[in-house]
Amino acid sequence: MKNLCLYLHIHQPFRYRQYSIFDVGKSENYFFDPNYNSKQSNERIFKKVSEKSYRPTFSLLEKKLKEEKNFKFSLSITGTWLDQAEMWEPDLITRLQNMIKSGRVEIVGETYYHSMSFFYDEAEFEAQIRLHQEKIKALFKKSPKVFRNTEFAYNDNLGKTIEKLGFEACLVEGWDKVLGWRSANYVYSAAGTKSLKLLPKNYRLSDDIAFRFSDKNWNEWPLTVEKYKAWLNNAFLDGEVVNLFMDFETFGEHQWRETGIFDFMNRLISDWANDSGCSFLTVSEAAALKPVGILSFPETVTWADTERDLSAWIGNSLQDESMKRLYSLRNKVLEKSKSDKSLLEDFRRLTTSDHAYYMCTKYWNDGDVHAYFSAYDSPYDAFLFFQNILRSLEYRLSQ
Amino acid sequence: MLGWELPPHNSGGLGVACLNLSKSLSKFGTSIDFVVPYRAEHKNIKFMNVLSASNLNPLFRFGAGAYASANATLPFSLNFSASPSSDQISIREIQKSYIEFVENYLKEYKPDVVHAHDWLTFEAGMLAKKNYGIPLIAHVHATEFDRAGGQSGSPLVEEIEREGLLMADKIFAVSNATREIIHKKYDIPLEKIDVVYNSLGEDFINSLYSFDDSEHVYINLLKENGFCIVSTVGRFTIQKGLTHLLHAAAKAIHKNPKLVFILAGDGEEKSELISLAAELGISRNVIFTGFIRGKNLRDIYSFSDIFVMSSVSEPFGLTALEAAHHGDALILTKQSGVSEILKSAFKYDFWDEDKLANEILAIAASPALRKTLQTNIKNEYSKISWDDIAKQCLDVYNKLRKHN
Repeated sequence: MKNLCLYLHIHQPFRYRQYSIFDVGKSENYFFDPNYNSKQSNERIFKKVSEKSYRPTFSLLEKKLKEEKNFKFSLSITGTWLDQAEMWEPDLITRLQNMIKSGRVEIVGETYYHSMSFFYDEAEFEAQIRLHQEKIKALFKKSPKVFRNTEFAYNDNLGKTIEKLGFEACLVEGWDKVLGWRSANYVYSAAGTKSLKLLPKNYRLSDDIAFRFSDKNWNEWPLTVEKYKAWLNNAFLDGEVVNLFMDFETFGEHQWRETGIFDFMNRLISDWANDSGCSFLTVSEAAALKPVGILSFPETVTWADTERDLSAWIGNSLQDESMKRLYSLRNKVLEKSKSDKSLLEDFRRLTTSDHAYYMCTKYWNDGDVHAYFSAYDSPYDAFLFFQNILRSLEYRLSQ
Repeated sequence: MLGWELPPHNSGGLGVACLNLSKSLSKFGTSIDFVVPYRAEHKNIKFMNVLSASNLNPLFRFGAGAYASANATLPFSLNFSASPSSDQISIREIQKSYIEFVENYLKEYKPDVVHAHDWLTFEAGMLAKKNYGIPLIAHVHATEFDRAGGQSGSPLVEEIEREGLLMADKIFAVSNATREIIHKKYDIPLEKIDVVYNSLGEDFINSLYSFDDSEHVYINLLKENGFCIVSTVGRFTIQKGLTHLLHAAAKAIHKNPKLVFILAGDGEEKSELISLAAELGISRNVIFTGFIRGKNLRDIYSFSDIFVMSSVSEPFGLTALEAAHHGDALILTKQSGVSEILKSAFKYDFWDEDKLANEILAIAASPALRKTLQTNIKNEYSKISWDDIAKQCLDVYNKLRKHN
């Protein structure tokens, strides 16, 4: 059987506003820019992405679930996205609830705040996973069994930790340096764990859709369903499951409607669902397949950039200073949060990895994706506002 | 009077100095036509005629960077969509229309003296001298050597500066240091150059500003915890020597972590400075405020204990007087003009990071030293007034008139 495992990741950070040193001690509003049109206006960005991506993609997925009884997929939804949806477009939550009721949409576990907390403070990491589990339980009555860490950042120690927390499997990047001669299209066991399974992303086939689909300089452009299906069939010459893992915003935001991405997915799903040798699996169904070997990640691997490492988040001194200073406040914040509830929430919203990403300077001058996805004029501006917010947190802790 | 900016359309000290000088001159009966390169209202200026040389918006008189002579030969692209007539405009084009305006003006009016401020207006000043024989005063607020921070500046700007200085009947330099630079770099005889210092404007001294420390709870918290606040104000350019200041800050913080450095301003070095603070591991002791003016700026002076002027080269350095007015202890580089007139201040060479760190640590550690410096500087900073400076200028005007 040719098993296709489609997984989509849906997330929005709470971008912090241009918080000045003169605001410290006066304003505790870090995340809600009073100017709706500002670059950091979370509400504006959420609504824009919703119109371009969430809504049309929901419509497509709802239609496919209805039309194709074999169609299944998996979703990870961050707590910060759920919070924003509840605030600004709660009908999206209802639509998600309805899709999940079908029993063919599985929710993946992760940190509530889409953070890199594992690399700074394991207690915080565990707390954020619990918070996410509670939120998913409350909204969707589900308990995730499969885990994905922020940006797919994974290493052997992380595997041990999440197994201890009760997860059965983890999504990882199918990176050549880890796989070596082995194929990404199987299930593996995680080194150093009792029985944790690893599902490696097939990054070539995933990125053909997520990154290259509309690239006219790509020699395979335009990508047709026939061509793509031939590549999938090829992949199953050495494999049992192809893991197509990508950002939800691939549909409509990274690849605009005009590129034909929705038609492509519409046809691909139906085609696959109606082919007798093919099937869809959710992530825990895929994890139930028999592992063919052990994968070890002595070094942390992510799904980002050509380096597939943490350097976009933990790579420079700006990020280092900011995050270490933030996490150093955790114990005091926990203590103080008994009297100041919003303090802990503010602290945790600052752990979102996007903030560190905005301070990434490694490709800044090339004006590439880092610049495209930044909410700030430069990594340095991002750093300054973040420092001012940390000063504000420290001030509140002193009161 | 040929100038490039006047408040509130100014980006720094040049406009302020021109305004204060003109105001005092007019008090003594001088009638002034003041030419600016842009069109804008100057509602509060009643004592002289402000003439606009073009219909340009004040924002575009330098393009991206204030006083940026590095842009002199390059057309710079504008960030604003509301540009006057084209998307590309160079400072040379602005100067061209400025000169044309002055040429037309001189067909009708014949002033007794033309007083031109900085290289930006020197060509127009030379035109008056050449075509109509009107005596020319070249007032140097900064040389190209200062602007380039000790490196080589724009050859074109240097050439204009040289010609203007050669042709001028008299040169005003804002400090002895500037006088020396003009003498050395352009071979101008020292007798042709008078030192004309700057001062604080009456508006600044007499304003109703009062400091309310309850507005700055975070700074108060730092102070309650024994922190000493060190500030500096200025454009973030190589001229200001801020990388040296940060290195010195790191050394000082290493000995005494209860130091906070406030860097107020903006400019091309901003990213580099932010990175450097992070690399030195002192980000939490360094606060960047961005560009500020008015009340916020005065508040920073007010809650600071120490003000540092770290300039590699600073023709005058008015901010040091402002800081003194608000009661800061001063540490100045010997390369700043203002250090020539202030005695009760620490002085160091801009490259001497150890010395600066020592001086900061000494003031932070000794309340007595801090108090002495703060009290004594208050008796010094207002010794020279704009009225004194205007009288000095008038003497020269009168001599040149008679001479003619």
